[in-house]
Amino acid sequence: MRGPAQPDRGNLFYQKMNFTKYLNLYFIISALVILPGLYSLFRFGLKPAIDFTGGSIIEVRIKNNESAAEKNKEKINNFLSDIDEIELDSIQVGRENNFTLKLKPIDEAKKEEILNKLNKEYVEVEELRFETVGPVLGRELIRKTLLAVVLAAGFILAYVAYQFKDKKYGICAVLAMFHDSLVILGIFSLLGHFWGVEVDTLFVTALLTSLSFSVHDTVVVYDRIRETIKNHPKADFETVVNKALSETMSRSVNNSLTIIFMLTCLYLLGGQSIKWFVFALLIGTISGTYSSPFVATPLLVVWERIKRRKLK
Amino acid sequence: MNKNNKRLLIILFITVLAVIIDLPKNFIFNQKISSPEINISLGNFKFKRDLKIKKGLDLQGGTHLVLQADMKDVEEKDKNDALFAVREVIAKRIDLYGVSEPVIQTSKIGDTSRIIVELPGISNVQEAIELIGKTAQLDFRELPPELDQDATDSAIPIFAFNETGLTGKDLKRATVQFSEQTGEPVVGLSFTSEGSKKFAEITERNVGKQVAIFLDGMPVTAPRVNEAITSGDAVISGQFTPKSAKNLAIQLNAGALPVPIKIVEQKNIGATLGEESVQKSLRAGLIGLSLVIIFMIAYYGKLGVLAGIALVIYGLITLAIYKLIPVTLTLPGIAGFILSIGMAVDANILIFERIKEELREGRPLKQAMELGFGRAWDSIKDANICTIITALVLLNPFNFPWLVTWGMIRGFALTLLIGVLVGLFTGIVVTRTLVRAFYKN
Repeated sequence: MRGPAQPDRGNLFYQKMNFTKYLNLYFIISALVILPGLYSLFRFGLKPAIDFTGGSIIEVRIKNNESAAEKNKEKINNFLSDIDEIELDSIQVGRENNFTLKLKPIDEAKKEEILNKLNKEYVEVEELRFETVGPVLGRELIRKTLLAVVLAAGFILAYVAYQFKDKKYGICAVLAMFHDSLVILGIFSLLGHFWGVEVDTLFVTALLTSLSFSVHDTVVVYDRIRETIKNHPKADFETVVNKALSETMSRSVNNSLTIIFMLTCLYLLGGQSIKWFVFALLIGTISGTYSSPFVATPLLVVWERIKRRKLK
Repeated sequence: MNKNNKRLLIILFITVLAVIIDLPKNFIFNQKISSPEINISLGNFKFKRDLKIKKGLDLQGGTHLVLQADMKDVEEKDKNDALFAVREVIAKRIDLYGVSEPVIQTSKIGDTSRIIVELPGISNVQEAIELIGKTAQLDFRELPPELDQDATDSAIPIFAFNETGLTGKDLKRATVQFSEQTGEPVVGLSFTSEGSKKFAEITERNVGKQVAIFLDGMPVTAPRVNEAITSGDAVISGQFTPKSAKNLAIQLNAGALPVPIKIVEQKNIGATLGEESVQKSLRAGLIGLSLVIIFMIAYYGKLGVLAGIALVIYGLITLAIYKLIPVTLTLPGIAGFILSIGMAVDANILIFERIKEELREGRPLKQAMELGFGRAWDSIKDANICTIITALVLLNPFNFPWLVTWGMIRGFALTLLIGVLVGLFTGIVVTRTLVRAFYKN
């Protein structure tokens, strides 16, 4: 019934890629990324920062360029052991002769004692940062963070399910979201175990943001599936999904690229204190982009297949 | 003038307004130009902004303290008053110390009462902490008997008063009451049994004279004793407004309900670290923004140029909003802003991809554009609402005590939220208007 000048909206074979053929491959790729992290998560857990455990951090800059960083580290360790009632957990050497000392909680007076001692040794020591957190606050933070995750996930699930008038969309979107959080958590567990990277309040923020980005991206794909179903009510689900994925692929990649540009600049050029925060966001963005076509959508297809089998 | 041109003018107007607000202070360009100060008052509504960017502690350096108040000696019904009193005392001490724009908040979570203090730009942290951490000392003082007050009509110097041995420990509590005779607000004092005895002796020997009440060594009030008071309940009257009576009661309670406070969290950030972070993040943001614009132009050609213009407008408006609200910028806040730039382009990409698709399906350019804008809207709306939901959960705008209240997380959430909202405006309204204007024929 269509003239030649009419748009080509009816052509279901426009798409070049058959995404649904390789469902198992996508699940295997996800498993390959998630399982090592998951193992590490159960085996080693995450390395919590003082935000969660309580403790003290002193960051100083020693304006003494002659001695090598490592040598300083040992020296500091040696003569700080003279001071009573402090327990040094670690010393990290940063850029520009910055040293980060981690200790069991100390108060301002003890900190002054340490700084005085350092000052005597190195002539000029500048205090950049001092943080101390009691153990009580940490537990509360974990509780509130979990609550925030559950709350945000709940709201998003409800919103997506309502907008798409089908709970499977909401559930699959949230499952993909948890896939992404497992990727981030797993990678940070490994980073923590092998390189001592800690998770702090900022990490939690990055995690939550990644969750929202993950859903943001998934919704765009789902939206296109919904639209395709509306235009082709009789087409089978796989064909619909293939069409929708082909059409949204370049948008997904381009959008992620722009975010990745911003984050990479921030990672390379931004301050030391937000480096791991940005890194977490970067992983979240990449995983969030991957999970929309390759986790959230395949889950929908599997859901449909199971439903169809039951009907038969 | 058609509708689109009108929109174009409005966008131009908003952009110029944003540029004026964004101008840094003391910007030199041939002559000194700087952003104006806003000072509007309409009846009770007052709007005053100096249009400087407010920097958080992590950017300008300073000290963040969380103090826990030990309430175990305070009766349940007095706990709120006690916390309030502690807050007042701390605020007063910080005032004396001369810190500009300190933040002092109280927070109650379950059984624990906390006071969060932020002191920007102080260097002698130890001294400040000792000052803040002290428990308030209240005591009653009298004039030496040889000083005849009636003879000296002039003001009495502070040091003329002698201690009486009656202290905050003897005071049970102070309350605002209303006089039965005049209906005016007064401040009622009730003493412990031992305090009542001491107070009776003091008032007996000071009838007609002033007895002063000192808090932390500074006089708070010096009422005249009209008669000996033996009941243990006294009333201070004077020309009080309800507010000034309440204020006095709070200060007296600080002594009456002494609450020891201890530091449970402390963060000192040196000014150097903050300054470096700002510069590094700004540079990263500018380079990132340029990369995004280059990418958009390379991929979408002329449309990409328009998206780039929209993105610059986005940056200008967002910065202006930061100055107007004002948003206190923290390091995570800057990260939120930079992330939201990446997300703001998303609306454009969605629309442009849609336009490309419509073109592929054989529609004429103009129709493809209009369809592209219309059809992309659903995706843009749903996707952004999900981000807004997360931002709101993190921002916790109603201050629910069971949700996150950490400044860092909130700073991030606020900039993300503003970013998404402005991004919707520039991504849809601005880009659309620009596209319509440039592709008129």
